[in-house]
Amino acid sequence: MSLRQILGKIGLWFAVFVIVSPAILFFLWMASLSLKFEVDNAAYPPVFFPERIAWKNYADVLASNRFLTYFVNSLIVTGSATGLAMLVGVPAGYGIARMAAHKSAIVILIARITPGLSYLIPLFLLFQWLGLLGTLVPQIIIHLVVTVPIVIWIMIGYFETTPLELEEAALIDGATRWQVFRHVALPIARPGLAVAFILAVIFSWNNFVFGIVLAGRETRTLPVAVYNMISFDQLSWGPLAAAALIVTFPVLLLTVLAQRQIVAGLTAGAVKGG
Amino acid sequence: MSAVTQTTPAAAEAAPEREWRPPSYWPFVVPALVVVLAVIVFPWLFTIWMSLNQWKVGSPTTFVGLANYVRLPSDPRFVEAVGHTILYTALSVLLPLIFGTLAAVVFHAKFPGRGFLRGIFIMPMMATPVAIALVWTMMFHPQLGVLNYLLSLVGLPPQLWVFHPGTVIPSLVLVETWQWTPLVMLIVLGGLAAIPTEPYESAQIDGAGVWQMFRYITLPLITPFLFIAGMIRMIDAVKSFDIIFAITQGGPGSASETINLYLYSVAFIYYDLGYGSAIAVVFFLLIVAMAAMMLHLRQRTLWTEIGGGA
Repeated sequence: MSLRQILGKIGLWFAVFVIVSPAILFFLWMASLSLKFEVDNAAYPPVFFPERIAWKNYADVLASNRFLTYFVNSLIVTGSATGLAMLVGVPAGYGIARMAAHKSAIVILIARITPGLSYLIPLFLLFQWLGLLGTLVPQIIIHLVVTVPIVIWIMIGYFETTPLELEEAALIDGATRWQVFRHVALPIARPGLAVAFILAVIFSWNNFVFGIVLAGRETRTLPVAVYNMISFDQLSWGPLAAAALIVTFPVLLLTVLAQRQIVAGLTAGAVKGG
Repeated sequence: MSAVTQTTPAAAEAAPEREWRPPSYWPFVVPALVVVLAVIVFPWLFTIWMSLNQWKVGSPTTFVGLANYVRLPSDPRFVEAVGHTILYTALSVLLPLIFGTLAAVVFHAKFPGRGFLRGIFIMPMMATPVAIALVWTMMFHPQLGVLNYLLSLVGLPPQLWVFHPGTVIPSLVLVETWQWTPLVMLIVLGGLAAIPTEPYESAQIDGAGVWQMFRYITLPLITPFLFIAGMIRMIDAVKSFDIIFAITQGGPGSASETINLYLYSVAFIYYDLGYGSAIAVVFFLLIVAMAAMMLHLRQRTLWTEIGGGA
């Protein structure tokens, strides 16, 4: 290895370090805040590694039974919205891809452009009129605004790339279109299903704007609950940071574990909910 | 395989030909169509209808035609919000584009742990926005925040960040840039992967430097991708809500109130749903207009090839 190559290597690693550090430092600082007692969090200059670790912050957050309720709410809303979106979105993506109905994808694009709040006003009235406010149903339904376009969009892309020959052969052998979809197309598209599922889960889990309007005291999802902690829980940073980290931890874990699928999905359509 | 494709049309000339017609796939699409009509198309139409009415929660609604729209230009808070939105969006498109391109060039190189580090790098955009907004708020704190401490390390005076009208928008853009640079990086990285190596080889033979190669080979070839990234960034930045709402609620005063934030206040704090709907419609048209404008800067084929058709 020549000197030039070595210098190049060092330069590259330096560049990588510089680029990744804002993300790493931020999340480390977040963890640090969540593990410190108030004395350390209010210290100046700031303390990075505390002498005593405040596991208590996490215990406090997890022990409040409200938090458990909100966690379950989040699970129900994200689970239902993603499940329903897969149920209707995957066949739709297949149908659109096979019909080559590219124009229908424009609806998805417009949905992508529309600000989330403009869905909220009419649907808020509708839910009020139906007497659904105070339950989780409105949030499940409105999260479909986020999850359904993601799933359809990604599945169109996947089914367009899967080979037609197998499906044609199955049709000639007398399979119905549904059987072809179920037993031929779907198994091949499994990587696409994973991408669509992961992205739908993340964007639904993260969603905040729908919750602040539609959620009541008992029906908050985690992001809304964390936001409300800012306004009501005075200024104790430790428990706040702990709550924030608990909320976003599943997503961060998923991001690192499934980064390949996430990158594939995001670059395919660069979808984002909300 | 070829035997199958050849016998298909020959063996069954008439019947399967008709069976292959698109409509037979409709049953696959219908459930999603119902959902899309109910939760996406219905709200669009209903919003337009509401915007033509005086519609406040708790009082009877009356049809007022375009009165809500006429009110907009003379509403100083709306006009101010448009200004904030334009400034916020312009900065939130430009900065991630610059940093994202640099990051993509680095990530295009091969090095061990590249996939894992890329996973770390995209964490900011996947993390729950409210959660990271909370931590940024703590970091912005003028007395106890870590940002002012970092400034003091390099000898800069402390700032008020989001607590001063003059610095609130740049501070929020800092968060937005931190959050969304990874998306630009991913898109540009896709572009870099598509560049053949030959131009670089011949440029190297001709004695071109690193900067010259970037400037005259890489940059022109990734321009379509930069354009797509800029477009997506613009659509997202203009709609940005979570970060601004969780950090400043549009404050101090109304110094960081964008159209989206104002729309929220009108609709869900003042419960003036008719006027709020009018803002929503104008806001939507504004986004479409900006997107259309950007599209016209480039040929349409580009979009369908890389963004729409994917």
